[in-house]
Amino acid sequence: MRAYLLRRLVHALVVVWGVVTFVFFLVRLTGDPAAFLVDPTATQAEIEHTRRLLGLDRSLAVQYADFLAAIARGDFGQSMQTRRPALGLVLEHLWPATAVLAAAALLISTLGAIPLGVLSATHRGGWLDHGSRLASLFLQSMPAFWLGIMLILLFAVELGGLLPAYGSGSLRHLILPAVTLAAAPLAQNVRLVRSGMLEVLGEDYVRTARAKGLAERGVVYRHALRNAALPVLTVTGLSLGFMLSGAIIIETVFSWPGLGRLIVQAVPGRDFPVIQAGVFVFAVIFVALNLVVDLLYTALDPRVRLT
Amino acid sequence: MSGRRDLPALAGVAVIAAAVLVAAFAPALAPADPVRNRLLDRLTPPMWAEGGTARHPLGTDTLGRDVLSRLLYGARVSLVVGLAAVLVAGVVGVAFGLVAGYRGGWPDDLLMRLGDIQLAFPVLLLGVAVTAVLGASLGNMILVLGASGWVTYARIARGETLSLKEREFVAAARALGAPARHVVARHLLPNVLPPLMVVTTFSVARTIIAEASLSFLGLGLPPPTPSWGAMLDEGRNYITTGWWLALFPGLAILVLVLAINLCGDWLRDALDPRIEKGIG
Repeated sequence: MRAYLLRRLVHALVVVWGVVTFVFFLVRLTGDPAAFLVDPTATQAEIEHTRRLLGLDRSLAVQYADFLAAIARGDFGQSMQTRRPALGLVLEHLWPATAVLAAAALLISTLGAIPLGVLSATHRGGWLDHGSRLASLFLQSMPAFWLGIMLILLFAVELGGLLPAYGSGSLRHLILPAVTLAAAPLAQNVRLVRSGMLEVLGEDYVRTARAKGLAERGVVYRHALRNAALPVLTVTGLSLGFMLSGAIIIETVFSWPGLGRLIVQAVPGRDFPVIQAGVFVFAVIFVALNLVVDLLYTALDPRVRLT
Repeated sequence: MSGRRDLPALAGVAVIAAAVLVAAFAPALAPADPVRNRLLDRLTPPMWAEGGTARHPLGTDTLGRDVLSRLLYGARVSLVVGLAAVLVAGVVGVAFGLVAGYRGGWPDDLLMRLGDIQLAFPVLLLGVAVTAVLGASLGNMILVLGASGWVTYARIARGETLSLKEREFVAAARALGAPARHVVARHLLPNVLPPLMVVTTFSVARTIIAEASLSFLGLGLPPPTPSWGAMLDEGRNYITTGWWLALFPGLAILVLVLAINLCGDWLRDALDPRIEKGIG
């Protein structure tokens, strides 16, 4: 187990290193990063000055080593718009805004999926089963941001401002963005819980439990659901990733002051330190999530081989 | 072959065919020039709503451009980007997967780690980062969406190659002294492709949504080129005065992507006899 943990950890570190390297080369893709790292109105002389100041006139290898050292210190440079450290700015937007939004959406999509999925399985062919299949098909076929706009149209415009269309600060502000972000993963999770349950309900130990005369509720929730939980866990990990990347666009729709909106708004202003720090933080969270899901998976299912 | 279970897929094929025709013949079908402004006609509602006119069946936008015409032309962007990006992803992914699976050793390790790194970047994040540096254009969008998709292809092609490599017809070809290039092109590639058909269908669907998302964020084709995502971006600011601007482009995406997903579902069930009806 320890060897496996270590291997997965090293693996994750390799990916993070790759992410850092990508971020390093990203601004050098066009050949002249100095032009990106100064004010767009800067003169040629100012660009030259920045180039020397940032050491961009040195060899690529030296620059790369410096870059790695700076990132190890958490130094991504200053935001060009706010003149504040880029990493600090990114972390401020990640916590609490994006974290709260993603957590709320995750809560809705997993906790909602369990009863709905179980009921779809136990009442196979019923209206809930058909409804959840249709919902999943439709929600996977529409862009989440459009669902968000339609919810705004319904709840903030047609229903006379029942819920606020954008902004943050109260629980009511959280409802629309969280529901928008949760909708597609919720529908997908319901189908997953359902098919997991259908598989498990046919197993011998479920029949045994029934034969013992256990109440159906106990059989379903105690014996079957526990064994159907693994695929849900995997999907939860995946949907967390989906939610983080979904946050990029959903935060923009609802003017939610999180990391996704920060990065998108940094693009027109070419605020590269913020983009670099944001991309780095996003990617690292992604890698960390995958690692945790993998480890939980092995911990929960002894059949998953530790290779 | 055609029964009740095939109906959704047939409807899907019909919708896809219609979309392709619309995209191809947009200039002939569109009632107006999709980029011409007529400020006097701005924000005309759809023809069945109060104040609507038959000249603009789905109304006009904030610059007085005909929404229906923009939708028809917008199908071009969605289809071209969707297909081209998936083609890029498929070609690169299958090539990498074949090499990784056939060679093994360090090329395998290298390519698979590269895939892990790629997967650390959600498509929108990569889109934001690359567009910020290289600017927004058709080529860059195809590049970003293609780059985000290759890993799935590579993993599946690698897996298939690993199992095919042990099969007798491949062993026989190698024993007869066929060069690696011949074995890969003649014996592995044709057998790797069929399982990828389902992936390809769903990839096109996802890519069309990703393209709309990038365009919505202003990272797609520069205006005034009509694309469904960009139309939604313009429309959301006028949601109280022009609901149709935010509704129709989204419906267009929904209908097209739904059609593709229905075909994908059908294909998946048809190719995998293990899938029981009702489970899944």
